[in-house]
Amino acid sequence: MAAVRQDTARRKVVRDCVTLGAAVGASGLSFGAVAVAAGLSTLQACALSLLVFSGGSQFALVGVLGAGGSAAAGIASASLLGSRNLLYAVRLATLLRVPRSRRVVAAQLTIDETTAMSITAPAGLRDTAFWATGITIFTTWNLATLLGALGAAVFDTNAIGLDAAVGAAFLALLVPQIRDRRGARIAIGGALLAAAAVPVTPAGVPVIVAALAIVPAVLRR
Amino acid sequence: MTWIAIFATAAACFALKVAGWSLPVRLLDGERLQRAATLLPLALLAALVVVQTFGDGRSLVIDARAAGLAAAGVAVLRRAPFIVVVVVAAATAAVVRVLA
Repeated sequence: MAAVRQDTARRKVVRDCVTLGAAVGASGLSFGAVAVAAGLSTLQACALSLLVFSGGSQFALVGVLGAGGSAAAGIASASLLGSRNLLYAVRLATLLRVPRSRRVVAAQLTIDETTAMSITAPAGLRDTAFWATGITIFTTWNLATLLGALGAAVFDTNAIGLDAAVGAAFLALLVPQIRDRRGARIAIGGALLAAAAVPVTPAGVPVIVAALAIVPAVLRR
Repeated sequence: MTWIAIFATAAACFALKVAGWSLPVRLLDGERLQRAATLLPLALLAALVVVQTFGDGRSLVIDARAAGLAAAGVAVLRRAPFIVVVVVAAATAAVVRVLA
C-alpha cells in the first residue's frame, strides 16, 4: 500500500513539474524572437539558450547588445543576474542526492524553476522534481528558442512590437519576486538609479549601477 | 564580438552554478551574502524594465513601448503566464504604432 501511495505521489510530482516546465520553456519563443530582433543570428540565439540556460541572464545580455552596449557591460549584467543560481546550487547540494558524475548536468539545470519545484516537492521526491523540471525546461526552452528565432527572421519585428516585449519579459520575471515592502523599495530604487544613469553612462552600464540599490539593505544588521 | 560575449557569459554563468554545487557550504552561508543574492535580481530586473522600455540611446523617451509595458503590467497582476504577458505587450505596442 505504501509503495502504491508513493508511486501515485511520484506521478503527481512528475506531472506538475512537466506541466510547469513546458509552460516556462515555451517562453523561449519570445527569447529567440527578441534575440534575433536585437541583431543576433539564429545560431547565436540557440547557443545562448544551450550554453547559458538562464532566462534573466540571456535577456540581459541580448538587451545590452541590442541597445549598442559593450560586450563587457552585457557580460557583467548577465553574470550579476546569474549569481543567484550559485545560492540555489548551494541549497540544492544539501537537499538532493546527485552522484558526482551528474553534478555538471545538475549544475547547468540549476535555475529559478528547478530550485522552486525541488524545494517545494515532498521529501523523497525532490530529486524526481528536479530532474523532471530541468529536463522538460531544457528541451522546450531550446526548441522554443529555435522556433522564435526562425519566426523573427521572417517578420518585421518592430512592426509586431517585439521591442516592447523585452521590458515586459523583465517585468514578468520581476513581479513574482517582490514579496514584501523591502523588495518593492529595492525594485523602485534600482529603477530610479538606472533611469538616472541612462543619460550619463554607455548602454548596459545603467543596469550595473542599479545594483547599488541593494547596498543599504545588505549593510543593515 | 557577439560570439565572445556569448561564450564569456556562458562560462561565467556556468562557473557560478558549478561553484554552488562544489564549494563548502560554510563559505556561502553568510546571512548578508544570502540577502544580497535574494535582493540583487530585484534591482537588476527593475533596471532592465526601465532601460528596455524608456531607453533610447542616452535619452529617456515615452513611446509605444510604454503602452506595451502598461498592458504587460495589467497582465502580470492578473497572473497571466509569461508568454501571454510578452505577447500582450508586443501586440499593444504594435497597435499603438499603427494608430499613431
